[in-house]
Amino acid sequence: MNTLDSKIPPGPLEQKWTKYRSTIPLVNPANKRSLEIIVVGSGLAGASAAASLAEMGYKVKVFCFQDSARRAHSIAAQGGINAAKNYQNDGDSVYRLFYDTIKGGDYRAREANVYRLAEVSANIIDQCVAQGVPFAREYGGYLSNRSFGGTQVQRTFYAAGQTGQQLLLGAYSALMRQTGMGTVKMYARHEMLDVVVIDGKCRGIIARDLISGKLERHFGHAVLLCSGGYGNVFYLSTNAMGSNVTAAWKAHKRGAFFGNPCFTQIHPTCIPVSGDHQSKLTLMSESLRNDGRIWVPKQKDDKRNPNDIPEDERDYYLERRYPAFGNLVPRDVASRAAKERCDAGYGVGTSKMAVYLDFSFNMKRYGTLEANKRGMHHPSEEEIKRLGREVITEKYGNLFDMYKQITGEDPYEVPMRIYPAVHYTMGGLWVDYNLMTTIPGLYALGEANFSDHGANRLGASALMQGLADGYFVIPYTIGAYLSNEIRTKAIPTDSEAFVEAEKKVSETINRFFEIKGTQPVDHFHRKLGKIMWDKCGMARNEKGLKEAIQEIRALREEFWKDVRVPGSANEFNPELEKAGRVADFLELGELMCMDALQRNESCGGHFREEFQTEEGEAMRDDDKYAYVASWEYKGNEWQLHKEELQFENIKIAQRSYK
Amino acid sequence: MNITLKIWRQKNGNDKGSFQTYQLADVSPDMSFLEMMDVLNEKLIRNSEDPVAFDHDCREGICGMCSMYINGRPHGPLRGVTTCQLHMRSFKDGDTITVEPWRADAFPVIKDLAVDRSSFDRIMSAGGFVSVNTGNAQEANNILIPKEDADMAFSAAACIGCGACVAACKNASAMLFVSAKVSQLALLPQGRVEAKERVMKMVAQMDEEGFGNCTNTYACEAECPKLISVENIARMNREYLKAQLT
Ligand SMILES: Cc1cc2nc3c(=O)[nH]c(=O)nc-3n(C[C@H](O)[C@H](O)[C@H](O)COP(=O)(O)OP(=O)(O)OC[C@H]3O[C@@H](n4cnc5c(N)ncnc54)[C@H](O)[C@@H]3O)c2cc1C
Ligand code: FES
Repeated sequence: MNTLDSKIPPGPLEQKWTKYRSTIPLVNPANKRSLEIIVVGSGLAGASAAASLAEMGYKVKVFCFQDSARRAHSIAAQGGINAAKNYQNDGDSVYRLFYDTIKGGDYRAREANVYRLAEVSANIIDQCVAQGVPFAREYGGYLSNRSFGGTQVQRTFYAAGQTGQQLLLGAYSALMRQTGMGTVKMYARHEMLDVVVIDGKCRGIIARDLISGKLERHFGHAVLLCSGGYGNVFYLSTNAMGSNVTAAWKAHKRGAFFGNPCFTQIHPTCIPVSGDHQSKLTLMSESLRNDGRIWVPKQKDDKRNPNDIPEDERDYYLERRYPAFGNLVPRDVASRAAKERCDAGYGVGTSKMAVYLDFSFNMKRYGTLEANKRGMHHPSEEEIKRLGREVITEKYGNLFDMYKQITGEDPYEVPMRIYPAVHYTMGGLWVDYNLMTTIPGLYALGEANFSDHGANRLGASALMQGLADGYFVIPYTIGAYLSNEIRTKAIPTDSEAFVEAEKKVSETINRFFEIKGTQPVDHFHRKLGKIMWDKCGMARNEKGLKEAIQEIRALREEFWKDVRVPGSANEFNPELEKAGRVADFLELGELMCMDALQRNESCGGHFREEFQTEEGEAMRDDDKYAYVASWEYKGNEWQLHKEELQFENIKIAQRSYK
Repeated sequence: MNITLKIWRQKNGNDKGSFQTYQLADVSPDMSFLEMMDVLNEKLIRNSEDPVAFDHDCREGICGMCSMYINGRPHGPLRGVTTCQLHMRSFKDGDTITVEPWRADAFPVIKDLAVDRSSFDRIMSAGGFVSVNTGNAQEANNILIPKEDADMAFSAAACIGCGACVAACKNASAMLFVSAKVSQLALLPQGRVEAKERVMKMVAQMDEEGFGNCTNTYACEAECPKLISVENIARMNREYLKAQLT
């Protein structure tokens, strides 16, 4: 049986990484050239890892299912990326970023990993600037910062509301540079459908060429899964349509443990659902909470135009409940507070499942400041409004446009209507300090692993983690494994394990076509999403979770009897791709519910209704649940392994944002 | 709303392809264009017909994957809006909508509305980067960049690489795409060092991929969903001239 060894280096927290980094075995340049690494995923984690490893001399293959590496879901990240630069002279430090992240994660993350993340955060910004990433700047030419939730300092770097795009294009350009030099071979429009394990070590993957439909076998001395998160198990989420769990799930079924699967992030500020046809939900970045105030009417079922509701008839409930952090409380807290108001009958809009995010106050404030800057003495209301609008446009223009495009309403004139939506998954493949899964030679980076965010991720920390993993962690830690592999020759892909793995993939594909059922894939996906949202979403309880498990099993059975996949295997067939992904979600969903069921406490994004304080806040149980729940796949069931978390540097306490 | 769709169907790169007509009832004006296509596809699947293949992923106007030529315009009727951000409220009850793939020699059709844009990646591989290895970077604030330059670089960098500029151009030229990257990096001190080499290599690769010449009709700018300016083309031309002279 596998045991969980987190491989955290000994010594004081501040020295763990620096000391360890300088003692990890190295691979000499000549040997690097004969070592092959497969990277699945070209998002921030995958692109940065692949480029860095290729620069070091390894032979790298990169896979992604989109038509170009540049289109990975990271491209959609809006708000920003954190780094402990302390440029604002507001008391930021590596320790403070570390502390905020552990606390924000509701004390369910590993101290050593998070400290390392905070330590390398500053290097990320340097690297990106060197690549030509056009971060926002002040008039003096210096980099600009904004605030994000769960912190009281300004440490978030950004490029308007398109930070992910700019960071990914930076990493992508580094990747394309290596592709041009021939050190990386790119496989776009390819989907990994299994990992190949030989004598207990990961030795390659099976991938499908999405254009020809052909299955391919690829050998690697090591395989890095950088395949992103699984929020789409809920059907509706802010993730891109193709985001999926397949790569991680196939690895899980081959022996990689899955950590904290139930830890899901529901983001408080998204555009509400508008109808049954809805295919995805759109995020309105957390950065908007810098300048937007969240409120609902004090009166139930208030039908007035929001602009006609006077100040004293508005309930700025976050400012009321959490005066110290106000609108900038962490996401889990803000989401639950919105749900509480809507459930109590104070919601707005036609569905009543929305709250207002209002910019008028700050638009006016900015307008006045601008007028002063420009030496205008008696600016009119109109002038102030226009100037304020300009400032807001510069900061969030693309988000405002997107909102208008989707809702048909102008957020410069009326407050946005927002509601929480599934956004990010803190859970993922269990990895040790080296980012290796429980299968030797198989690594997980970025959102695909479980590592740094505990039970709730702070805003602007996913981009930081993806790039930390890829640029600054894996290039070092992979040496610990590969230095022992320099004598391993490339394993021929006609060996038994490759043949067996490909056969299995091909059988599954054929099964889809044989069913010839009556319902399209989306039908099942939608149903699964509804079960997950209702019973394993923002609030969970024992009864609901038990029901959900039964319902998911029944739905899975129905899927395998009644799904209809059109076309054939040997062609470009997006429906077939979807079928494979939904089949995996139908298994993952069950595990998520089991995980939520065993965790008899509330922490971060995991809110069990049975465990709450009198004020409705999450109630942790540190004596019993200060562990990472790590699940081993055993055919028809799962076995739970616990990695106990040690808090040696932070005093564990009830999280308070009051 | 009731909508008639005339959609380009083409089994694969070797197939000749033709238009097929479909009727769709009960279309909600709040649906996005791609959600309307989802509804059509569900209907086709239930009727044992082949669904329409199209590219899409983020559905937020940022990944650049969606690529439909709608009523004779890349990404449809609205300025500065991608196909995925287009909503049915932009159409009228009873409308007939024609949907085609991007058409350009350098973007061969894969199936129906999906095309192969890997030529863009190869242009980027030729020079669309700053040659800096991980770990080489200096302290970020040691490089001061006037806000105006940073903003201009950002505007150029906002390109999503969707290829609408190529699809809009009667010559299928990729000048707007290439010039956006050349400009972004030429405007920043980090990119200046390799500016000459970059522009020469990227332009050479662009020509090799079979994109057409630019004859300054500016259809690219008019149809660009991210409103990338043709000033970038002028800047690239200057960079190119400079590089040739030295
Ligand atoms: C709308 C939105 C806004 C966000 N804003 C922010 C923000 O402001 N700040 C922040 O810090 N975080 C933000 N996040 C979170 C952050 O964007 C993601 O967590 C992060 O980008 C994930 O990066 P990644 O590299 O792990 O994976 P991704 O970028 O998701 O990349 C996954 C890659 O894996 C590939 N892949 C997946 N499965 C397979 C397979 N089976 N075979 C082959 N390839 C495969 C895909 O093709 C893709 O290349 C946001 C998220 C969303 C949804
Ligand atoms: S689907 Fe991403 S831009 Fe349209």
